[in-house]
Amino acid sequence: MADMDALLFWVLGAGAIVASLLVIGQRNPMYSVLLLIVSFAALSGLYVLLGAPFVAAIQIIIYAGAIMVLFLFVVMLLNVPTEDPPTGYHARLLGGAGPRRFGAVLSAGLVLELAWALRRLQGAPMPDDAAAVPSSVHAIGVKLFRDYAFAFEATSVLILVAMVGAIVLARKEKS
Amino acid sequence: MIPEPTLNSYLMLSAVLFAIGTAGVFLRRNLITILLSVEVMLNAVNLTFVAAGRFYHSVEGQIIVFFVMTVAAAEAAVGLAIVIALFRHRESLNPDAFTSLKW
Repeated sequence: MADMDALLFWVLGAGAIVASLLVIGQRNPMYSVLLLIVSFAALSGLYVLLGAPFVAAIQIIIYAGAIMVLFLFVVMLLNVPTEDPPTGYHARLLGGAGPRRFGAVLSAGLVLELAWALRRLQGAPMPDDAAAVPSSVHAIGVKLFRDYAFAFEATSVLILVAMVGAIVLARKEKS
Repeated sequence: MIPEPTLNSYLMLSAVLFAIGTAGVFLRRNLITILLSVEVMLNAVNLTFVAAGRFYHSVEGQIIVFFVMTVAAAEAAVGLAIVIALFRHRESLNPDAFTSLKW
């Protein structure tokens, strides 16, 4: 059972990394969106392994179900199949390749630094007793509506503002 | 015998995913793919929160993920609205096409 969980961790983790790499490797945003859903599914499996089935469920329902559909809508609406190949000035020196190569080096450096920091820590084994972890929806709901009630209400205002903002920004100008 | 995943394994996985998202923001020249890379970064952070919450026997890690997802939804809605407005303006999704504010 523990062996099975360990195997699942490595498989799902590798799946999430490969899918995320393919997301940023695609020129067609349509494939990027679909591959990102694969990555989210793998992460959702990891949440189940971590004893957080509620988070796994909202990961699928909200992320894969709502946010990615929003992205798909916009990709289909704008109908730009691939990004422009680098041309002219931007294909050459400062405008294009330089900052992009710098960005790649920067993100590789980020991984190296984090790996270095985490290697200094002793490996802390995950607590095994899943029953001791308060992961039920009941526990989350009590905590959310008792201790974090204000943050919850503030979120609803945020969503309202975002909705109004999206409508105003995407509306056609009447001139 | 497969090595048992420790807290560090989860943190490392999340660090790698975050770096992939960063690389995507820098390397792609398509506004939609850049927004997708930001979603990858947000998910990496969510994984950290859930793993730490499990490690400390706390439910707070899952609650903060709930809030991060809400903010991600708001960000996606406003970001995509801006992308639509920009596309209408220039007929392009290439961030290099929007340089009016460049000094």
